[in-house]
Amino acid sequence: MTTAISADRLKALQQAHPQVFTRPLAARLRDWGLWAACFALLGFGLWWINASPTRIWDGLGKLGFLVRFMWPPSDGGVFWEHAYAMMETLAMAFLGTVVAAVVALPLGFLGAKNVVPNWLFHFSLRRGFDTLRGIDSLVWALIFVSAVGMGPFAGVLAIAVSDVMVFSKLFAEAIENVERKQIEGVRSAGASPVQTLRLGVFPQVFPVMLSHLLYFFEGNVRSATILGIVGAGGIGLQLSDRIRINNWDEAAFIILMILVTVAVIDNLSRRIRTKLIDAAPQV
Amino acid sequence: MTHAHALAGTSSSRIADFEHRYQTERRTRGLWTLLYLVLFAGAVVGSMQVSDFNPSKLMNGLPKAWNYIYGTFPTLRWETLGADIAEWYWGIRYWLRLLVETVLMSFVGTVLGGVVALALCFFASSNLAPNKALCFISRRTLEFLRTVPELVFALIFVYAFGLGPFAGVLAIAVHTAGSLGKLFAEVNENVDERPIDGVRAAGGSWPMIMRLAVVPQALPNYASYLLLRFEINVRGAAVLGVVGAGGIGEDLYLAIRQFEYPDISAIMLLLIATTAVIDITCESIRHRLIGHDLGKGQ
Repeated sequence: MTTAISADRLKALQQAHPQVFTRPLAARLRDWGLWAACFALLGFGLWWINASPTRIWDGLGKLGFLVRFMWPPSDGGVFWEHAYAMMETLAMAFLGTVVAAVVALPLGFLGAKNVVPNWLFHFSLRRGFDTLRGIDSLVWALIFVSAVGMGPFAGVLAIAVSDVMVFSKLFAEAIENVERKQIEGVRSAGASPVQTLRLGVFPQVFPVMLSHLLYFFEGNVRSATILGIVGAGGIGLQLSDRIRINNWDEAAFIILMILVTVAVIDNLSRRIRTKLIDAAPQV
Repeated sequence: MTHAHALAGTSSSRIADFEHRYQTERRTRGLWTLLYLVLFAGAVVGSMQVSDFNPSKLMNGLPKAWNYIYGTFPTLRWETLGADIAEWYWGIRYWLRLLVETVLMSFVGTVLGGVVALALCFFASSNLAPNKALCFISRRTLEFLRTVPELVFALIFVYAFGLGPFAGVLAIAVHTAGSLGKLFAEVNENVDERPIDGVRAAGGSWPMIMRLAVVPQALPNYASYLLLRFEINVRGAAVLGVVGAGGIGEDLYLAIRQFEYPDISAIMLLLIATTAVIDITCESIRHRLIGHDLGKGQ
């Protein structure tokens, strides 16, 4: 059984339902316009950054040179120095996350709609959270290095400050998503307000918060590796030093160290997070 | 009577049993919690030791940091507001040019990285890859590209391609390729299988299947992730100037290094405003594209 359509029939169908066969001219024009604008912007951008083929070619040659210098990676006989710097990086990321969480907890309560029902307060606090999020932790590191001096302390502050706002927002959302039923259940069994918080709210909120914390810890380990470039402690200082004095084999070694550390931390944290989410009460 | 008594006896012993089990369970859980707490406390103390961080230093440091930030605010008087603002933003034309450069860098970097990601993502998704080895290789490549920090790539590229935004764009592109490639591959893994079977049954080759069965389904999600990445890259591009890779970061770095306080706040405000505008625009486009926020899961 074939369903062949004669040419006449097809023509009639096309005339009866033109929108099925071709998209409206306006939509097509708009799409073409968008593509053209994107390409024009891309071309303009490439012109702006001066991306000439000869420059790319020369650069690639130099890059190949560098890669050859990087092999084999060598620890330069100061492996333990690097390892300690890596510890410093991890410590910065960890403390930064913890400090941010401690500060964000009360802010999160204030930002939650079901705790403070005033929408104006809520709105302005949330906007404030969003605004400060726009600044990268490296900029904070620059500022804190100037304010409190070089070293990992500035790095901890930078990570904490750049995370506080996001945490507050996430915590506020976690608190807003608390299920009323469990609270009512605990309360109807005769619990005091403190017990209600402990048994009705806390078990719902805590796993969510903890998994957010772990997730951000992963990200902070990544950003902590580079804070040293501006003098805020950690492995970044070693790396930028090696690159500055053209010690490419050691630079490659440090990059590999970063890769391994990040992979290990990611893996551990992902496992713990999966466990936490499994343990969290399912709504 | 005795019967009832016996029943009460067994149930009370069962209750006692239950109580006992309950207590042991509670005790083990309490021990585990204690262990976790001790581990956590140990980690905090250890990190404080290593990172030279302690509460008294924090108490000393915070006022200093606040003084510094407060010092960057310009002196604005109501009577001479216009002139004060003009003085505060003395370099506005130059800064705006740098801001345009920053946004342009992230745009070009996102597009170039997106193209590479698109090329690699089909090989990196387990349901589409032609064979296991290719899947493994492309996944590891993407992982490498996104794990090496952007700034490290920028340091290397500044050395190879010279100072300026070109190195920055390349760094952004490389990092973007890694992270978008992973996200695209995840989108590919969630596509509906039926169109793929359809195209294959009609005799389509592998590239045809990708083009006709996978891409049309995944395109809105691709675009959405691309926009999200663009937002992130604007922030990233703003700091690449620290290592000499172009953008507004260069001038911000200079202002901070030379203690030109009002300049710092002026540039920061510009930066915050730009990222906020871009965030809000991209967010509304993303919502129109797929109707929900990617950050909150599918």
